[in-house]
Amino acid sequence: MKSIKINYKYRIGKNIGFQALITVLACGCVVPLIFILVYILKAGITKINWHFLTNLPKPVGESGGGIANALVGSMIIIAIASVIAIPFGILCGIYLSENKKSKLAYWSRLCIDILQGVPSIVIGIVAYFWLVKPLGGFSALSGSVALAIMMLPIIVRSTEETLLLLPDSLREAAFALGMPFHRVILKVIIPCGISGILSGVMLSVARIAGETAPLLFTAFGNPYLSTNILKPMQTLPLLIFNYATSPYNDWHDLAWGASCILLIWVLLLNIFTKLITRKWKVQL
Amino acid sequence: MESTIVKSVNYNAYFGDNHVVKNVNIEIPRNTTIAVMGPSGCGKTTFLRGINRMHELIPGATAKGQIMLNNEDVMEMHPIFVRLKIGMVFQRPNPFPNLSIYDNVIAGYKLNGIKLPKAEKDKIVEDSLTRVALWKEVKDSLTKKGSFLSGGQQQRLCIARAVAMEPEVLLFDEPTSALDPISTSTVEELFHELKKNYTLIIVTHNMQQAARVSDKTAFFYMGELVEYDNTKQMFTNPTDIRTQNYITGRFS
Repeated sequence: MKSIKINYKYRIGKNIGFQALITVLACGCVVPLIFILVYILKAGITKINWHFLTNLPKPVGESGGGIANALVGSMIIIAIASVIAIPFGILCGIYLSENKKSKLAYWSRLCIDILQGVPSIVIGIVAYFWLVKPLGGFSALSGSVALAIMMLPIIVRSTEETLLLLPDSLREAAFALGMPFHRVILKVIIPCGISGILSGVMLSVARIAGETAPLLFTAFGNPYLSTNILKPMQTLPLLIFNYATSPYNDWHDLAWGASCILLIWVLLLNIFTKLITRKWKVQL
Repeated sequence: MESTIVKSVNYNAYFGDNHVVKNVNIEIPRNTTIAVMGPSGCGKTTFLRGINRMHELIPGATAKGQIMLNNEDVMEMHPIFVRLKIGMVFQRPNPFPNLSIYDNVIAGYKLNGIKLPKAEKDKIVEDSLTRVALWKEVKDSLTKKGSFLSGGQQQRLCIARAVAMEPEVLLFDEPTSALDPISTSTVEELFHELKKNYTLIIVTHNMQQAARVSDKTAFFYMGELVEYDNTKQMFTNPTDIRTQNYITGRFS
């Protein structure tokens, strides 16, 4: 080796410095989540009890009251959004993974990417003009449609990416047995990719569970318990939005409790997704 | 005594503009083992995949000419029926990873929605696995997933899966190239057994394998069928100079 002077100490020092930097930054990413969790849990967990979950909000001045209407409303609206978006999204994802190079695939992939970037409030406005105005009033259904549009890109892309990871040999094995296309998809491709598809679905549900903007002028909110999907309905994010911005302390407490519930809900969904992905993963 | 089961007439296959199989005419007698050999990229696999219409699954792939199965043109038939009559085993073992060993064997029935009574299914599974010499090894673990087996066992499972459908012809696309020597010899022994009931067409890179297992050999070069003759004749006294050069290892 030529006698180039190398300052080893300096190099080693730089090395350690860099490793320390990335470690610190990695830890830094955890801080906001921990902070939010602790803050909301501290403020909200004391408000949560059976009474809180099963009662309607009380008028201003009366203490107590709960968020039953928002819980039920959120569940109904998310369920309807899922019913619309899941089949749509999965089938579209299948098309994209089966026809990688077709013109239609190119355009629909592009549209879906753009759709993912559309601000949620804009989707709310669109739902307002599509459904609320023609139907003549705010409704849970229009909220569901807005949320379904938000779920769609997540489900489509996760389905497509999952299926693209499956080896071609799997499809060939199925085709070589004389299976028609729809059976190859339903009996082989989807069962083998089920964990990835499900995790996409769950993540999309977690994603929309906290959406407020598209619901502001679709589901609108409702201080009473309603299960009619053609009428306005309360949801957790709407309740938080309305009550947290009100001037009353009792309502602030409700908002904290609801935030806490929403947070736990999303957290559980994420954990559940991880478990399902691990449990149902097909070893290729 | 020998009757023709598969016959190709002026068969041509293309990938886009790329002409990969050129005007192949070949007659394959029933209950024989045919080895198809040739250097890489000579069109042998494409020809094989043409026989059961798997070729056209690849985007941009087209084919012209006739492939006759029992005097019926498979190019005119629906691919689904063709593939029920002509089974296929691939280069890499590809059992369905979501199915048990048992279900993998009857996958051709199960996944096609053909309902069978339990007793009949059991019989098919046992018969098929016995024919590929796998029954003794797996009979206590039929409910385990197919991917639980070793590579060689998986390949035999895939052969059992093809055999279970009772096809007339079995196509093998370099069936042992992903296997170790011991598994390879097990699979080669199988060929001798399977020949009694089926017609086997085996694509292989390996000349020794072609010589060991086949009755007749076809030599492909640059998309053409150069020579097609009894294996013994071919390996001792080839007529075409290109075959001679290939067999003596002057190119590969």
